[in-house]
Parts: sequence; C-alpha cells; structure tokens
Amino acid sequence: MHKRMRPLWALIGALVACGAQAELRIEISRGAERPMPVAIVPFGWDGPGAPPLDVAAVVARDLAGTGRFEPLPERDLVQRPTGGADIDFQDWKTLGVEAVVVGRLRPAAPGEFTIQFQLFDVLRGEQLLGYRLPSAQAALRLSSHRVADMIYEKLTGVPGIFATRIAYVTAARGARGEQYRLVIADADGANEQVMVESREPIMSPAWSPDGRKLAYVSFENKHAEVYVQTLRSGARQKVSARPGVNGAPAWSPDGRRLALTLSRGEGNLDVYTLDLASQALTRLTEPRSIDTEAAWSRDGGTVYFTSDRAGGPQVYRVPAGGGSAQRVTFEGGYNARPRVAPDGKRLAVVTNDRGNYRIALVDLERGFSQVLTEGRQDESPSFAPNGETLIYATREGGRGVLATVSADGRVRQRIPAMEGDVREPAWSPFRTN
Amino acid sequence: MRSMSLILVLVAAVLAGCAGKGAKEQDDLGYGTYEGQPAPGAQAGGVSEAGAGQGAAFDDSAAAGPRASVRNRTVYFDFDRDEIKAEFREIVAAHGRYLAANPGTRVRLEGHADERGSREYNIGLGERRAQAVRQALLLQGAGASQLATVSYGEERPAVTSSDEESWALNRRVEIVYAP
Repeated sequence: MHKRMRPLWALIGALVACGAQAELRIEISRGAERPMPVAIVPFGWDGPGAPPLDVAAVVARDLAGTGRFEPLPERDLVQRPTGGADIDFQDWKTLGVEAVVVGRLRPAAPGEFTIQFQLFDVLRGEQLLGYRLPSAQAALRLSSHRVADMIYEKLTGVPGIFATRIAYVTAARGARGEQYRLVIADADGANEQVMVESREPIMSPAWSPDGRKLAYVSFENKHAEVYVQTLRSGARQKVSARPGVNGAPAWSPDGRRLALTLSRGEGNLDVYTLDLASQALTRLTEPRSIDTEAAWSRDGGTVYFTSDRAGGPQVYRVPAGGGSAQRVTFEGGYNARPRVAPDGKRLAVVTNDRGNYRIALVDLERGFSQVLTEGRQDESPSFAPNGETLIYATREGGRGVLATVSADGRVRQRIPAMEGDVREPAWSPFRTN
Repeated sequence: MRSMSLILVLVAAVLAGCAGKGAKEQDDLGYGTYEGQPAPGAQAGGVSEAGAGQGAAFDDSAAAGPRASVRNRTVYFDFDRDEIKAEFREIVAAHGRYLAANPGTRVRLEGHADERGSREYNIGLGERRAQAVRQALLLQGAGASQLATVSYGEERPAVTSSDEESWALNRRVEIVYAP
C-alpha cells in the first residue's frame, strides 16, 4: 500500500544553500543583574576599500545577546585603538568599562584574511587574551563568533556557544499547500541553509554527537520514517521505516546507536535502541502505554523517556541496555520530552504549569523543578552545549517562533521568526572542526 | 560554485517536473484530503459537539464509503482521550459495514492531536485514536488488510487557531478511502 503512495514530489534531499537570508533579531526580554560593561572597539582594516565584515559588531552582538555583557554603544567610544599599545586605560576606567577588545583584520592571500585581537582588563591594564586566527572570506562570520567564544570563556570561565548552530523545522502555507523545511543556521540565526524540503511534515531533528549529521522524522512517503543526513554532502539514509510510527530519534553519546520510538504496527509506542552498524533493535519499554521521546544520559548508560503509564505523561528512566523503569518527575500532571543538561544533573522538560505548557528544569539530584518560561505553549527545549542557555519553541501572534532562556531563567530572548511557523529547535554540539 | 548551481537547477527541474505529476497522482488516489476539506469556518459550523448527533438515521451507501463527505469520514475525540464517543459510533460502524461488504476497498486511518503539549507524545495520541477506529472497523467485519493507520500528531491541523473549538476540531481521525 505504501508503495503506491510514494510521492516523488514530496522532497528535495539535496542540501540547498540559501545563503544568508534575513537574520534573526535578538531581543532581551529580561536582563540579568548588572551586565559587565565592555568596549568592543571597531577592528582596524589593513586592506583596500571597506572591510569584508565588521568583526567587532558580530562580537559585540554575540556578547550582548547573553545578557551578561553590555557593550558600549559605538558612538560612545572615546578612542579607537586597534592594538594594545594605543589603549589609554584611564579613559575606559572613567566610562566604567571593565574590559576592552581591540583588533585588526588583515588580508593574507586572495580570499584569505587574518583576524588579530586582544582582550584587556581595564582596571589592571593587563592583557587577558591575545590571538591571531586565519580565516577564509566565507568563514569570517564563523571566525568572528570564535573570537567572541574565546572572550566569553576568558571572562566567564564557561565556553562560548556563538560558533555553534541550530537546526529547526519551518512550515509555511504556499500556493500548493503546506511546505515543510528542515533548516540549519548559525546560533545567532544568520546563514540559514535548507537541508530538506517537503510537502509532508518533518519532525524531531537531532544532532549527532560529532555535529556532522542530523537524524529526523519525515512523512514524505505518507508515513513517519527516520532518516540520517550528513550535513556536508547532503547524503541521507533511511534508518527506520518499520510499519507504524517511527519517531523521536536520539543519538547515543558515542554516536553508535539511535534511540527511537516505534509502534511496529501494534498501535503501542515503545522506546527502542537501534545499533546503526548491526541494525540490532533492543526494546526498552514494555507496558501498554505511550512510551516515547527518548534522551540519553551523558554517560550513555541511561535513557530518559516520556510515558503515560501512570495516567498523564511523566518522565521515566531505564538502563540503556534494558531493565526496569523508574519514574523521575512527580510535580504536576504533565512532564514530557526530557532533554539532559550537559552537566547531566538536570533535565529540561515540557511541563503543564497552571494550564500553560512551559519549559521547566528538573534537578535530578534533589528532585525539584523550576519553571523557566512564561508562555502558554512553550515546547521542544534544547540545551546549548555549554548548558547555560536553552532554545525552545513558543507561540506569538498565532505563529510558532523560537526563543532562548538562560538556565537560571533570568535572561530570555525572542528570536523573531523568518518565514512561516518555526518549531522544534535543536542546538548543535560544539564544533569540532 | 558551478556544481552548486547545477544542483539547484536539477532540484528546480525535479520540483517543476514532479509537481504536476504529484498533483495528478494525488487526485487519482483520492488522498487529497487537505485540499478537499471545507474551509475551516464551514467545518467549524458543521461538527460542533451539539450538531454531531447523526447517530439516528442514514443510509450506509451514501454516508459511508468512498463518497462519504468529510464530515461523515471524521471522528472527533476528547482531550487526551482515544475512546470513540457515542455520537460517532454509528458512522464508524457504517464504514465498517461498508468495508466488510466491499473487501477490495482500502482505507487509511489518519490520527491527529491538538497542538498542546509535546509533538512526539502527540504522535502517540494520534496513533491511539487511529487504532481505536481500526478496532471498531474490525469489529464490524472489515479485514485487517483493508486498514492502514498513520498518526500525524499535531503536524496536520485541520484548523490553525489556538482555542478550544479549534483544538476540538483537530483531535480527530479521518477515514480516507483509497481507490
């Protein structure tokens, strides 16, 4: 039956680069206490004409977006040094600036550049960081995010996530019906690339631990199937198209197994692990309940999942090799779709908070949970790889949009949607290349 | 760069070439339920809980089967539930009798959920609803090989607004006849 329904038009599997479209604007809804005043001085440019990119502007925006830093507006910069020797620390001290970043952008070979920057502690007049990195022209934005990452880590002690990416799904109603897209963008929303486009729903993108592949669910053949696609080549592989539901893929930390939700034509959703090399399936759940939305513990030894075996959906855990499940969440009647924090000590879940669906963090050691968001239909939380921020889907003006919230709940940002209804954000791991 | 342009051209060609065929294929198969549905407003008027009491008198041959209206092919459910409500039992039974009498006919049971809560869990709810209708059809003598199920969860809403009435219209199973 399924063979007859296969619509060729449903999907473009190729990696279609759309280039930089409209960037996502970031708004801080609620700031942290006392962000650190910093000065990111426009970088000197040693080539002819205008510089290919305003590196300092990218860095300033990255740092400001965290709510932990307050870059001085460009018009308030009292001096424009491009190297450490030119800095008059007294001037910056007077302005209350605590750290200054200066740098230069230099042409190297054709299409190649060198970014050189230094970070100074204003109070002590000391260099905290100095670095020179080569960059191809096409990678200048990415290199600028790396500069911001290094500065962020030096000043906070936590690795930055500005050079990471996000994946998400968009749905837009076009002339011929709904159009679904799986999109990848830089963490700041720039540089969107369409990975998959289909007339049928796309769901549940999940990054491989090395950040090189995405697993996702596609209905292109009129039923749910799980695919794995390599980002660079666009090549993809159908990894599960068993009868019934194939859903909720989640990579094991070693990248060798996928946890999946299968119904196997019985109408009963269960969590399985699939060994990608041997194709061996291991069933982790048994009862006659909805068991789905698996997430691996950091050590790969435990799988968390949603189950309604006790009535409403709650989060449970089970040994990854099989065994008996234990309930994890107890507060409230609805806790679903767990995601494990990078420190392994907390779970992000979707919770029902007095009639509203919101993102909450569950402390696995102490058991209590904290609601982080204030929307009515917040869902699909995903941790940044440094654990400091979560991205999630919310609704605004009848449309799905993305937002971020700091793990302490104090800084929230709305990422205004591009085209259509945006949902299911997934934050990439740190880049390894 | 040239190879990228080439890929784009190919993709565009595939899209353009297949779009027409796809649309035709969809018509032939009779699976174009989304295009075939009445406007949300019209549907909202026709299937409110009060107006759904069509359990009394109708003719199987017209109400059930491939020519049944969207209204007579859609079963609505309560929040987080998968029991077929009393007012829909007769129409489901009529489809079951039609299938039993026409063993060459096949249907696809498309289960859906409203938009609230997490998406993969909602796939579970849609699947359960589709299975509930499947069981009811089997009870009337439909054959298992005539029935396929799929759950779209909240991915294919019939109505896109976020209010109780829209949610009620989205918690549904559509019985879709194949040729």
